[in-house]
Amino acid sequence: MPEGISRQGVGDTGILSRNDFPSLFSALKGRGYRVVGPTVRDGAIVYGDLEGDADLPVGWTDRQEAGRYRLERRGDDALFGYNVGPHSWKKYLFPPHERLWTAHRKEESFEVTIEPNEAPPFAFLGVRACEVAAIEVQDRVFLGKYPDPGYRARRGRSLVIGVACGQAGATCFCTSMGTGPGLSEGYDLGITEILSPGPHRFLVRVGSPRGAELASDLPLTPAVTADHGRGKEIIERTAASMGRSMTTDGLRELMVDNLAHPRWEIVARRCLSCANCTLACPTCFCSTNEEMTALDATSAERWRRWDSCFNLGFTELHSAKVRSSGMSRYRQWLTHKLGTWHDQFGVSGCVGCGRCITWCPVGIDLTEEVAAIREPQGARPPPGGLA
Amino acid sequence: MSGNSEMSPRRPRLAVWKLASCDGCQLTLLDCEDELLAVAGAVDIAYFREATSAAVDGPYDLSLVEGSITTAADARRIREVRAATTTLVTIGACATAGGVQALRNLGDIDDFKKAVYARPEFISTLATSTPIRDHVPVDFELRGCPISKRQLLETLSAFLARRTPNVPTESVCLECKRRGNVCVLVAHGTPCLGPVTQAGCGAICPAFHRGCYGCFGPQDTVNAPPLLTELQQLGLSPPQLERLLRTFNAEAPAFRAAAESLGAGGEK
Repeated sequence: MPEGISRQGVGDTGILSRNDFPSLFSALKGRGYRVVGPTVRDGAIVYGDLEGDADLPVGWTDRQEAGRYRLERRGDDALFGYNVGPHSWKKYLFPPHERLWTAHRKEESFEVTIEPNEAPPFAFLGVRACEVAAIEVQDRVFLGKYPDPGYRARRGRSLVIGVACGQAGATCFCTSMGTGPGLSEGYDLGITEILSPGPHRFLVRVGSPRGAELASDLPLTPAVTADHGRGKEIIERTAASMGRSMTTDGLRELMVDNLAHPRWEIVARRCLSCANCTLACPTCFCSTNEEMTALDATSAERWRRWDSCFNLGFTELHSAKVRSSGMSRYRQWLTHKLGTWHDQFGVSGCVGCGRCITWCPVGIDLTEEVAAIREPQGARPPPGGLA
Repeated sequence: MSGNSEMSPRRPRLAVWKLASCDGCQLTLLDCEDELLAVAGAVDIAYFREATSAAVDGPYDLSLVEGSITTAADARRIREVRAATTTLVTIGACATAGGVQALRNLGDIDDFKKAVYARPEFISTLATSTPIRDHVPVDFELRGCPISKRQLLETLSAFLARRTPNVPTESVCLECKRRGNVCVLVAHGTPCLGPVTQAGCGAICPAFHRGCYGCFGPQDTVNAPPLLTELQQLGLSPPQLERLLRTFNAEAPAFRAAAESLGAGGEK
């Protein structure tokens, strides 16, 4: 065993120097993980396969606003100096397209083969606190009473390497939703990037027995009081600079008690029903199944793909569209996300990541919508009246 | 249906028709390459001038119709095709929305004839280009300029299995997001019609950093005004927006209404 490497336990901490950061990749690959995480592609920080630390967005950051996202250079070489981008980890755990089974014709009958789940385990590198919370929200959806076999297999094998946020974006509001910016639980290894004072380094905390095994592969040095103090400061500074906020007191009741609020019509006039918010959302889980048949009719496949409550077709029951207006579809989304999600899953469906605000082409901001619904009716006339 | 081999061995008879169009959509059938033999094995190609000179008289179980109606002769011909066909599927922007040539609907046909032809009096044409469903009942429509090979094969497979084709009428944005494309509108400031356009192309243009130009026509719940406001903020003038909406699907009602809402004064 090389010098500096020792057994680690849950809750233990250590310092990983910037120069030693590549050892995290070798440790993960040595354990057979497929490492995925943030990387720069097409003008954004997306999630993709990572070969080494050079694939991370070194020295990049993002500037986000409602309906707008731009990459920018930082003045340093931070590895995690940005906020969440257009992708979320759900694309790995709950893939956008997934074949569920294949059926082959056999004489007078047919034989069904369930899709195997034998892909190598994922190591998710760079999971933010709001994203850890989002994964746990989807766990309640896919691992509840009717577990989804594919999700269960992928989730069970995945390793979560969390990263505390060193800055907040203009559309971030995790503090309002109680999910960040510091990591509390739900990770295997938790990292806080310390750029200064002192050398560029990472405060590493072990969050699980699997994380402990991994940490034992890393050349960690003991974390001193100053490191812990700096880590705490970084998170406090981030928490104090959230770009958005949402009052959550009585939010479920606010949603379910205001189904006739005039604000729904106002927001519907702006809503494109394009579904970007729901597909960018790390907790939205709606899907549809479709059966495909071969031209020669000897086989059929069932595929699941991401769908959205904003799609007219998604609201079809017995050939009737039950939510035919844009208003009813926007209201369904927000009242479910912030209200009835509690009844269904025991938590809010919103983790405060701000993706739905940034990636809405016309910049609809749910924090603004909630504030408008919270305002006493009649306090402010709606712009342009109520056509 | 049963797998009984006593059933009639007759394969469904397929016809492919061309009206006012560029042939690109029917070529999609020949582009099937890997699947072409399976298609030829599953159906009896009874009429397809692009692929074979052999023609067989009707009736046909399935007709794929490409092109729009721009002449009185085609208006009569499509009724004959309909009468000889059990299931009629229109393919492409021309057949489903009148195509590029529907731009004539916005101007004066005599002006166009004089501008293009040395002897305009020899040209016999209607004043409008209209989709097939304006003339005869249509069983299913495949959008696009050109159509997607994947959707064509899906529609043929669905026809053969007597099921509904999986052809969503949602926005292109869903295909972008499922594919993992970075939104060109939000991240690059590139004008894009994706949010108001029907999916089906697989979000090809945004995947190559181009904005969607709406060749699949309007999605099923178009709310154009807020997008048009956003695109004007990106620097597009009302006449530029009008041109964007009036390319392949100018006569699709939702795009037509959106273009008219700009008040830019028509095609100039």
